[in-house]
Amino acid sequence: MNIVRNHILISIDAGTIMAGARAVEDALVKELIKYGLDKEVSVLETGSLGITGRGVVLVVYPEGIYYANVIVKDVPELVEEHLLKGRPLKRLILTEAPKRTVITKEKTGLLKEQPRIVLKNCGFINPENIDEYIAAGGYEAIAKVLHNMSPEDVVNEVKASGLMGRGGAGFPTGLKWEFAIKTPGDEKFVICNADEGEPGTFKDRLILEGDPHKLIEGMLIAGYAIKANTGFVYIRGEYGLSIERIEKAIADARAYGLLGKNILDSNFSFDIFVKKGAGAYVCGEETALIESLEGKRGHPRNKPPFPINAGLWGKPTLVNNVETLANIPEIIRNGADWYRGYGTDKCPGTKVYTILGHVQTPGLIEAEMGTTLKEIIFEYGGGIKDGKAFKGALIGGAAGAFIGPEMLDVKMDFVNLREYAAALGSGAILVMNEDTDMVDMLKSVLHFFKHESCGHCVPCRLGTARLVEIIDNIALSRGKKEDIDNLFDITNAMKAASFCPLGQSVSLPVSSALKYFRDEFMARVF
Amino acid sequence: MELEHQCQCAQIDEEELYPKLIEMIEQHKGKPTELIMALHKAQNLFGYLPKKAQEIISERLNVPISTVCGVISFYSFFSTVPKGRHSIKVCLGTACYVRGSQQTLERIEKELDIKVGGTTEDRRFSLDVVRCIGACGLAPAMLVDNDVYGRVKSTKIMDILKKYE
Repeated sequence: MNIVRNHILISIDAGTIMAGARAVEDALVKELIKYGLDKEVSVLETGSLGITGRGVVLVVYPEGIYYANVIVKDVPELVEEHLLKGRPLKRLILTEAPKRTVITKEKTGLLKEQPRIVLKNCGFINPENIDEYIAAGGYEAIAKVLHNMSPEDVVNEVKASGLMGRGGAGFPTGLKWEFAIKTPGDEKFVICNADEGEPGTFKDRLILEGDPHKLIEGMLIAGYAIKANTGFVYIRGEYGLSIERIEKAIADARAYGLLGKNILDSNFSFDIFVKKGAGAYVCGEETALIESLEGKRGHPRNKPPFPINAGLWGKPTLVNNVETLANIPEIIRNGADWYRGYGTDKCPGTKVYTILGHVQTPGLIEAEMGTTLKEIIFEYGGGIKDGKAFKGALIGGAAGAFIGPEMLDVKMDFVNLREYAAALGSGAILVMNEDTDMVDMLKSVLHFFKHESCGHCVPCRLGTARLVEIIDNIALSRGKKEDIDNLFDITNAMKAASFCPLGQSVSLPVSSALKYFRDEFMARVF
Repeated sequence: MELEHQCQCAQIDEEELYPKLIEMIEQHKGKPTELIMALHKAQNLFGYLPKKAQEIISERLNVPISTVCGVISFYSFFSTVPKGRHSIKVCLGTACYVRGSQQTLERIEKELDIKVGGTTEDRRFSLDVVRCIGACGLAPAMLVDNDVYGRVKSTKIMDILKKYE
């Protein structure tokens, strides 16, 4: 057996492929062969390393040195210097490498770095290799569930963990599962909502690209718990690589007997199918998603009945977000008590954030629930870019809330943010520096809603159009004082009367932008 | 005359594709719920959804043609007018917007002399706007066919587009 002394992990995700990751990988392999190092140094493909916008990114172990913006021309020098002579190539080293751990606060106030939960395998294993997932403890949870736990035990464990749905609303997952198990029905479905359309959010894409088997295992456990035999992954049509990887993962799992009939010699049978979306933001709403899955226009349905009672083809249907399902295998494997070791009492666990905008290191991070925005921006995100000052942030995508500097110290979790009339939403954090024009930002958000309003109900269809007219006028400094009140009135009416969360949620960005940055709006109206 | 000739060519090409379409959607036969998957395949094949393809899908999947049209018009992915050989999609999502994607878009409109939703006369490019493609870390981003381009500066656009014939 030959002993490998160095591992090079190269990130192969949609962003790095664009930057030429595959060409760099080929060049690395060739160069290593040239020096006869191919037996000592292995090159491995992995999912996102959590770094975005830095070209091809790779990490060399055991040193754990990150290189960014690597191009094919750099490869000979990199191999000769670092791998042959043992001198890391300073020119390409990424000094502000992202945190790959979760920083947790002990009761004593000390900080401790703990392993990640959802992103545990992202950037470590090859997402296209089922064996690597299994070697990392994968599919242990489903084995445990099938042989040692009843469906009720599983639901109770998830309930005890306190996991809340990570899609945006933060509904307790265990409770949802309990409703599902109590609903009578001979046929039930599990749907994974991977229609990630919230601007600024790509966490689900990177989970799918980086660790697709975790999602499959999560869906299997959900299926067993609620006694369903069929699962669907509804995924954005734009996410080409995610679709490819999840389809391969499903095929591999089938070949290993982890999907299909009598999984692991139990009575449980389950299979998963991938369905592609076709570009409609509203389909992220669960009932609209179900309509779309049925092959129809993605109009939201009336609630109640909730999908848990009458969903896909009128059958009881459990809809969970990608990140929610990715939490499940770890909860089952390690137990609810372990899970509660992360996060706050009311909102345990971690949250995956995409941190963007004017920060030093934009990218994908996983932080404990209850981490303050300040810690996220400065500990994980490296602070504001170019030494500028922090002005505000948009949290949770377009349907999220603007916040000002006074909110930097607020603990971020579903429960706490609700008290401040903000929302964690999808976990997108768009950071804005002192130069940002807030009127323009709100304009962009409102244009988004106008474009994505599906036209089904009047308040949203007309409301978004009027809002865009008003904000366009304000942006051109042609607004009137009463326009500000009109913005409020319209969004309030939309909040009260819109059919689905799309129209209802417009009031959040509008009211929060006016709350924290009112002066900027007042300066443009007469 | 030349124009007319081109049109016929395009039609002949399309005619040849219909048997292939029927073959491709065979697995969805009689399954109205798989309409969207079938439309995806048809659009991949033709580059858009010609009326005849819609009729074939309607008939094979046993879905009224009105429903097929309704679904097509609902989703931004689907188009009923011929598109250029290459599609340019500029992201105007929040993260891209704040990094100046509006300027990118205006530059493309000027350079290609088309508006959003339009196709160049030689059918080389069509231009559309998308709201967030999940490449926010690379803002401002744009898609040309299936390739994502990040940190697009308006001065670099023509260099990128040169690659697509």
